[in-house]
Amino acid sequence: MSEKNQSNTNTGANSMKMLQAMVGIGILCALMIVLAFEGTMPRIEQNKAEALEKAIFKVIPGMVAKKTFKLNADNTFVPVEGAEKDAQLVYAGYDEQGKLVGVAVEASGLGFADVLRVLYGYEPEKQQVVGFYVLESKETPGLGDKIEKDAAFLGNFSALDVALDEGGDALKNKPVTVKHGEKANPWEIDGITGATISSRAIGNIMGASTEYWMPLIHKNKAVFVQEKSEQ
Amino acid sequence: MLNKTKDKAETGFLASLKDSPSTDEFIKGLWRENPVFVQVLGMCPTLAVSNTAGNAMAMGLATTFVLLMSNMLVSSLRNFIPKQVRIASYILIIASFVTVTDYMIQAISVDLHKALGAFISLIVVNCLILGRAEAFASKNTIGKSFLDALGMGLGFTFALLCLGAVRELVGNGSLFGYALLPGSYQEWVVMILPAGGFFTLAIWLLLFNGFKAKSQKA
Repeated sequence: MSEKNQSNTNTGANSMKMLQAMVGIGILCALMIVLAFEGTMPRIEQNKAEALEKAIFKVIPGMVAKKTFKLNADNTFVPVEGAEKDAQLVYAGYDEQGKLVGVAVEASGLGFADVLRVLYGYEPEKQQVVGFYVLESKETPGLGDKIEKDAAFLGNFSALDVALDEGGDALKNKPVTVKHGEKANPWEIDGITGATISSRAIGNIMGASTEYWMPLIHKNKAVFVQEKSEQ
Repeated sequence: MLNKTKDKAETGFLASLKDSPSTDEFIKGLWRENPVFVQVLGMCPTLAVSNTAGNAMAMGLATTFVLLMSNMLVSSLRNFIPKQVRIASYILIIASFVTVTDYMIQAISVDLHKALGAFISLIVVNCLILGRAEAFASKNTIGKSFLDALGMGLGFTFALLCLGAVRELVGNGSLFGYALLPGSYQEWVVMILPAGGFFTLAIWLLLFNGFKAKSQKA
């Protein structure tokens, strides 16, 4: 009887010890992560802003100046200075004469692994997507990451048709990813064999984003053009 | 098991460096018990991230940092962690340091973070790190664990660099991004692709084992 009690207390003490160790290490690790997160956040945000800036110039060919616009609740755009948190932003690009050459839009959606963040350039004159860049992706190296490296796939976005219908409220054809080699129309994205899910995810992201943004940008085209000539 | 080569490979200048036990803890990871060439641990990052010398270097240093920090923390907590929950505790510690490293790399350069991609989070499951925590740090003092981790980490970095340098030079004609070979050189693209990792590792293992066998005979 007494032996039994003894072993019971022992197990109790052991469990307590295990619990203490796990909780202690858990708290220690949590503290470490929070400190690292807080410490590196300003630097990371600055890096990301720089990367975004570089990407904007990549997706709009021929642009030399940039202006940021914010989408208001009443679906109008106003120019903003610097980056605003939690605002829906688009970036207008101008050439040397101050002429609008394109609008860069950020889009995101679920890829094969985690969220994909992409940036694409829209040219209102031609009503086409003229540039594309993957800002953030954790897709499988060697397979899914072809969406940012495969030249043939990226070629889809040098002239992707996103023309609006007569009313100007919706796209004539929503961009969509098709099987590799089956692209027949200018609004289709030629997929990648071996990266089916990732390339289809890009199609979905582009479809949803262009469907939302293109009519808005088109309607407010005057805002982007005027703002620059006023200066 | 890891020490089985210990008595055999004491030759030449390596033996002279092994005077004190603490130097030995450092040297063994670099050469005699090199994590890649001898223990053949951590093959996933070795094969995947050694396509260029720059990536190999960054991956090696990131792993070294995690190894150093986790070895020291595990060693300092070794009397506090009950053995029933030790693996869970080690993984928790390792995962936390990997997260910290992930943030640090993002802070250093977005491009580097993009290049290393998913592999940073995979440092958690690099068996080299858990292996050192379990086999060494949980039984030794902080100082020894520090030297062990430093040696193992640098040995790992060295091995990755060996692979990365060869693969980048042959596959891309450059080293650390600087073009070295003339433009007329036809790159062996297969060397930067996954298959090239296996070829290069095989050649290095052959060389390494051939050298070891020779020095044992002598």
